[in-house]
Amino acid sequence: MTLETQPVVLNMGPQHPSTHGVFRMRVTFDGEVIVDFEPVFGYLHRGIEKLAEHKTYLQNMPYTDRLDYLASMSNNMAYAMAVEKLAGIEVPERAEYLRVIMAELMRLSSHLVGVGALFNDMGAFMTPFLYMYREREKILDLFDMVCGQRLTYNYMRFGGVSQDIPEEFMPTLRRFIDDMPRYIDEYDRLLAENEIVLARSKGVGILPAEKAINASVSGPVLRGSGVKWDIRKSNPYSIYDRFDFDIPTGTVGDVYDRYRVRVEEMRQSVRIVKQAMEQIPEGEVRTRVPTPLKPPPGEAYVSIEAPKGELGFYLVSDGSAKPYRFKIRAPSFINLTVLRDLVLGWKLADAIIIFGSIDICMGEVDR
Amino acid sequence: MEIEKAYSLSDYDKREAAQIEALKAAAIEPYPDPVEWLEEEIKRNVLLTSTEHLIDLGKRFSVWPNTFFPACCAFEVISAAASRFDFSRFGMEVLRPSPRQADLMIIAGTVTWKLAPAMRRVYDQMAEPKWVIAMGACTISGGAFRGSYSVVPGINRIVPVDVYIPGCPPRPEGVINGFMTLHRKIAKDKLIKKD
Amino acid sequence: MTKTLSGADVARQIGEQLPDAVTGSDETTVFVRSEAILDAARFLKEYLDFDYLVSISAIDFVDHFDVVYHLCSFKNNYSVVLRTRCDDRDSPSVPSVVSLWQGADLQEREVYDLMGISFDGHPNMKRIVLWEGYQGHPLRKDFILDVPGGGKAT
Repeated sequence: MTLETQPVVLNMGPQHPSTHGVFRMRVTFDGEVIVDFEPVFGYLHRGIEKLAEHKTYLQNMPYTDRLDYLASMSNNMAYAMAVEKLAGIEVPERAEYLRVIMAELMRLSSHLVGVGALFNDMGAFMTPFLYMYREREKILDLFDMVCGQRLTYNYMRFGGVSQDIPEEFMPTLRRFIDDMPRYIDEYDRLLAENEIVLARSKGVGILPAEKAINASVSGPVLRGSGVKWDIRKSNPYSIYDRFDFDIPTGTVGDVYDRYRVRVEEMRQSVRIVKQAMEQIPEGEVRTRVPTPLKPPPGEAYVSIEAPKGELGFYLVSDGSAKPYRFKIRAPSFINLTVLRDLVLGWKLADAIIIFGSIDICMGEVDR
Repeated sequence: MEIEKAYSLSDYDKREAAQIEALKAAAIEPYPDPVEWLEEEIKRNVLLTSTEHLIDLGKRFSVWPNTFFPACCAFEVISAAASRFDFSRFGMEVLRPSPRQADLMIIAGTVTWKLAPAMRRVYDQMAEPKWVIAMGACTISGGAFRGSYSVVPGINRIVPVDVYIPGCPPRPEGVINGFMTLHRKIAKDKLIKKD
Repeated sequence: MTKTLSGADVARQIGEQLPDAVTGSDETTVFVRSEAILDAARFLKEYLDFDYLVSISAIDFVDHFDVVYHLCSFKNNYSVVLRTRCDDRDSPSVPSVVSLWQGADLQEREVYDLMGISFDGHPNMKRIVLWEGYQGHPLRKDFILDVPGGGKAT
């Protein structure tokens, strides 16, 4: 007697506990093995690029917060730098140091959530996530002290930052930075050599280096595949050329390598913040710019190394107070190009982990 | 590799698009907010029997939320659930992704028209009694994105809402205040309705 | 430091291989005809080592569209901007570069969805962020929005 089998299409999402937001996958299975995969997005498409064409440049700053809402300071910084390049505005020294400190704290916070969510997906239900959240709450307290908000800050302005730090910021930051390496070591002690983590993530979802470059992948996913490219070193922006830090890279490009790259980047961020705290000068924090800002006609593309990858803003100005074209080069969106190729041939549980290791944020993917 | 599918994915796309357009056309007037608890203020002199009181305590302090987390407000709910602001003190740490096992749907983040049929389906799958909390400015009125071509201007056009929590995003203390308001509302909701 | 190559230099090099592809150049940008975009991109990838496509954008100037490609070379740490113009308003189309850089896949679908420019040769040209059957292309200047506070906006 012959048995007939048919591949089955399973829909996962948009409401699902292990997706990083409203992401939907239509997966075709042959038994347990994935034979076809189609990602569906657009569930959080809010039309930011269109709405931004009707508001002035400064009114668009809060929209940039809501793109990658786990790393709002970095988004603000990229947008502020793009407008400064378009309009030719200089930034004072103290403001540059404050921007770097905020951006690196933001990188720490975003990687804590990224790694915590990856372990959530791997089955360590809430323990690593809650441990990492403990540190994240301390970072969010620091941001609360500076600008009054915990999640979407709107702190950067064209020509600097919106206000200076209060007196209690530096001592609190120093206590936090002195303690942080001990916490990162604690996570490593618990997780890095754990049998289950190694069995589930070594050799899973391998992304070779040429494919990563061809697919325009950026950020920790690219560095996990062994490509040593980080915009802070290859095309230094702001004052990153004054700091001494390394770029961690992986070797094979599997899930384990991407996780290790993120943990090492956390250590390097702590190093950068320590150096910035020592070197920060006194002075103004903001250059006076006219409001509403009317940059001369032209265009500018600026990209920075955000925690998720290369975040770029491409602005076209026609001389008026509103941008003519506001285009966002979103790293999470472009990193998803490789997801289909990484997932084929694996089982469903591996697909969830591979997706978690790319670490996306739906606010950016859909904009 | 050609895979024989039982049905084509592009038919699926067209069917879903028809659902989205139908929901958008039907969602013109918002659902009225269920506010019968306010009238109960006047009937304060009704005595609760001890059974009703016990059942009431049980209902109020073990509400299980369903996770429906489109956008940024999600991280404030997760912060409220984490160890610092802990809402398991209120009996709510059992966050159930499946709507069949949940009583409360917290909608935390912007809802777009593409997501609206999925949201309505999750709401319909929950069993009575069920409550809905709209968290953040985007769910109350569209928020910062009001006027956009793809954002629902207030989710009370799609599901009836019990408690609104304003903020962008609201702090975890604000989220817990919203839950306490919901608990007060549930306490007023009598098991056997006396009209 | 990533060096931005001079548009005039790159235009000259492309012009030597593909005589009538280039229509102009700028300090940072090379303008090519839309039919020749695939050949110009292949030249840049093979001879000048531009192996990384940074982003594809489209701009709606009311009488024509512009498609802008930002390219980068990891090996030599250069960058250049390639730009083409599409005059057809009703059904604009440009050859797709997905066969050279897989990273163009999702970005071209998004440009199609929001601006309406279709890319010939793309294996899966359908809407990505809006739903199938949506009327119109929102980022075009003739798509009117009702902004809060009254008034219409393009």
